[in-house]
Amino acid sequence: MTTNVIGSPLPRVDGRAKVTGAARYAADFNQGGQAYAVIVGATVGLGRVTGIETAPVEKMPGVAAVITHRNAPRLPYAPHKSYIDPATGERLHVLQDDQVRFYGQPVAIVVADTLDQAERAAAALRISYAAERPLVDPADPKARPVVPEAGKQPDARLPADTARGNADSALAVAPAKVDEIYEIARENHNPMEPHATVAAWNANRLTLWSKSQFVVNEQAEIAAVFGLPPENIQVICPFIGGAFGTSLRTWPHVTLAAVAARQVGRPVKLVLTRKQMFFMTGHRPRTLQRMALGATADGKLTSIVHEGTGETSRYEEFMEALTSVTGFLYSTPNVRTRYRLLPLDIGTPNHMRGPGEASGVFALECAVDELSYKLGIDPIDLRRRNEPAIDEGENKPFSSRSLMKCHDLAAERFGWSRRLPEPRSMRDGRLLVGMGVASASYPAFHAPANARARLLADGTAEIEVAASDMGPGTYTSMTQVAAETLGLPIERVRFSLGRSDYPPAPSHGGSWTMASVGSAIRAACMAVQEEAAKRPRDGRPIEATASAQRDPDVAARFSMHSFGAVFAEVAVDPDVGTIRLRRAVGTYGIGRVVNPRLARSQCIGGMIGGMGMALMERTVLDPRDGRPVNAHMADYLLPVNLDIPQLEAHFVEEIDPHVNALGVKGLGEIALVGMAPAIANAVFHATGKRVRSLPIRIEDVLTV
Amino acid sequence: MLPFTLEKVTSVQAAIAAASSGRRFIAGGTTLIDLMREEVERPEHLVDINTLPLSEIRIEGSDLVIGALARMADVAAHAGVQRLHPLVAESLIEGASPQLRNMASIGGNLLQRVRCPYFRMHDAPCNKRTPNSGCAAIDGLNAGHAILGTSNHCAATHPSDVAVALVALDATMQVRGPRGERSFPVEELFRLPGDTPHLEHTLLPGELILAVRVPGGPFSRRARYLKVRDRASYEFALVSAAAALDIEDGMIRQARLAVGGVGTRPWRLRTVEKALIGRAPDRKIFETAARLALEGARPLSGNHDKLELLPRTIVRALEMTGEAA
Repeated sequence: MTTNVIGSPLPRVDGRAKVTGAARYAADFNQGGQAYAVIVGATVGLGRVTGIETAPVEKMPGVAAVITHRNAPRLPYAPHKSYIDPATGERLHVLQDDQVRFYGQPVAIVVADTLDQAERAAAALRISYAAERPLVDPADPKARPVVPEAGKQPDARLPADTARGNADSALAVAPAKVDEIYEIARENHNPMEPHATVAAWNANRLTLWSKSQFVVNEQAEIAAVFGLPPENIQVICPFIGGAFGTSLRTWPHVTLAAVAARQVGRPVKLVLTRKQMFFMTGHRPRTLQRMALGATADGKLTSIVHEGTGETSRYEEFMEALTSVTGFLYSTPNVRTRYRLLPLDIGTPNHMRGPGEASGVFALECAVDELSYKLGIDPIDLRRRNEPAIDEGENKPFSSRSLMKCHDLAAERFGWSRRLPEPRSMRDGRLLVGMGVASASYPAFHAPANARARLLADGTAEIEVAASDMGPGTYTSMTQVAAETLGLPIERVRFSLGRSDYPPAPSHGGSWTMASVGSAIRAACMAVQEEAAKRPRDGRPIEATASAQRDPDVAARFSMHSFGAVFAEVAVDPDVGTIRLRRAVGTYGIGRVVNPRLARSQCIGGMIGGMGMALMERTVLDPRDGRPVNAHMADYLLPVNLDIPQLEAHFVEEIDPHVNALGVKGLGEIALVGMAPAIANAVFHATGKRVRSLPIRIEDVLTV
Repeated sequence: MLPFTLEKVTSVQAAIAAASSGRRFIAGGTTLIDLMREEVERPEHLVDINTLPLSEIRIEGSDLVIGALARMADVAAHAGVQRLHPLVAESLIEGASPQLRNMASIGGNLLQRVRCPYFRMHDAPCNKRTPNSGCAAIDGLNAGHAILGTSNHCAATHPSDVAVALVALDATMQVRGPRGERSFPVEELFRLPGDTPHLEHTLLPGELILAVRVPGGPFSRRARYLKVRDRASYEFALVSAAAALDIEDGMIRQARLAVGGVGTRPWRLRTVEKALIGRAPDRKIFETAARLALEGARPLSGNHDKLELLPRTIVRALEMTGEAA
């Protein structure tokens, strides 16, 4: 009795809980007798703490503890790295020494009976520093790029250098060339829900109700920090109010909440302020990229040179897939990529939606657009002329690739044929109108995952995985997979996630949750059915746990990626330079779509993220002390409903028998990738002015 | 936030008495509470004036009288305001998000504090927040700062949009204090920073804003507010302009022009106005006149673009007045 639940546009199973407030987020898990902790951040960007006047603050009303590097427990900080932590370097050891490595780094934590008391005490704490001028500007000549340690090996996941053919000599003799520098500002994730942790000790056991996209790693990380066995740590996070990658790692505030709770012998609640989320919980690194394309006069690419540099901290080498797409998006015999890092006195960056790909594809897709104008070839046609038969970087066939199908569908929906090719040639009244296009790509990852399925006597089923749902609708889509596999109506399936004692799942990022967790749930449901077939019905629950992972042979044979095409229309005021996105169409080939309603919603969200990247988002650091000067939602611009125009998302029919049993490729990241270059290309088409740094602002287009 | 007392007053007299003894008024609280949370503002005693009978909006002849406690949203939605004083309505709508417009009062809007990031950060020097501590913006990040009316001590712009419209329209304000009532032009409410940037306005101790009066005129309806910013929904102005023209027989008889985002106070441009009078309302004339706006402009390291954007904004706002009529 298969029900075809997979593929149905079901509304969110947790929608009602969310809109009625029944859904509980980390900071909602108030514990009896809890105290409140507030982090005090360094007000210098580099140096060391020379004095902390704790005595007057300790006497303030309600204050239970003032914890600094002087009185904090020495924590074991046993080695621990998961794949979401930088492979090279060592995580910040919080309150373990007097060093200040970046502005806002925690230098003290104040615990009090009420939040007000803790905030007041934190504000009153006087700290003196021996300050030095930090290096925070990647353009500063003192900043020296390094070869990322983890990229040095030829088989590295993110190799520092790759080459096929001879890209530089091919570029030198190419009849047509684009060779430009592209820059992208630092962005902060800024989800609606702030980071929050409620920590409670019971003897040597610790429970953390904590915002996390990776509860089993938070468990492992905190166990390592405190030198405890992982089974002593329980992490609980049933709901996440947006994250975009900022909650993949376990940041120092989680450790601080646990330290504070142990120090005061009570549960402690710690919620970061919006401002604090600008310096201690990662960000999309600033990037500088050289992108050079060589082509024949009829638009066949003969060379691509891509040299990208991303900022990182002094203590860890954060790497992202900045140059990964360049080797396979188009056909060309000669490619050279180079990836470097620029260590600065900042907190370590981390993955932000479409990490690496979004930035790298911006450079590639703007350069392809520039080439199309140089050659006088329609940008879609130029891409079609360079459509590869296989992944030429890996020398493997694609498991499926629908890039040109995406372009064709999007072009039709968008009305690309109405575009006049000449820049600055289209107007709406006095406004300049521009249309731009870009390709998008993101890997179809799949990580090993586990799931438990339980059939109850009342005919219902329970599914448990230590997965997360930061908003895409994991609760719903996983319920659909289970319902379809078990042949049960959706109402009879209860899916639970967000507990570290559930069967382990990979991090909720990298667009692999549907593939990985979905496949594990399917396997567990099949296993429990097999078990049920073997056993007499005695009213006792029947349970099975199963795991799933990608067949390594298949993985070795195919190159697996999602592809998409994004079209954008902007209007630019020729007098005052205001740039407004008027509409956009995104089309994606992502394998099977489990829930079209949720998938569309996820795409719209990603496109909005790309709109922010293109036109609004940037965190500005004061070069004198590294402070973010716009760490405030009035000053860090991102699109809100009033700014967001008509956005359309469509999916091309794509059956991929290789990626996994469900045939899904993942969707979260690719929906952001491609939007920024489509908008930048539209701005060029509207104005004739090529802007190669994001975000594009009024000043950039005021004069041509 | 530091602890404070809050008392409600029910009469103007009681409010003035409370303020005379050093208490601070609170109306919508959209600026004050924000700054109190950051401990930039540290009042010990607040007087809640929200129940005072000062929220009336009325049309007297062609004049508009706005009670000091009228909410931005209510003024903007008022039929008489929309009909007779569209510039006021437009500047209010452009001036804040809907949530803020629902809370913020007209009096409070005029007295809002600056948006300079360093003013809002305790650990940065700021002459406005802490006199004689220095100015972090002059040598720091100042892309949003003023090019007109600055001093070596402060270059923060006045953030209000409706104040720009009111200054353009020669609005006056009625205030009452311990020594009685007085009226004066809204323009005179704002001080230049000079070497005392912590002194922002000319109200005397204990004075309470009662109302703002916007005189009607032949230019009131041919009037537009243009706010230039990267994010349309909500952002303080990079540059803004309030423009009103009285045109008869193809000639500009009267002009009113003030700009925001460029001055340390809402900046009236009388020389530009004079250059428009007696001329035909066309783009060439607008462009020539708009260049006069840059007289005395002094850009900082990061805001040279405002020299380009200011005249363009003025020209476009003047053109828009033609589209309004």
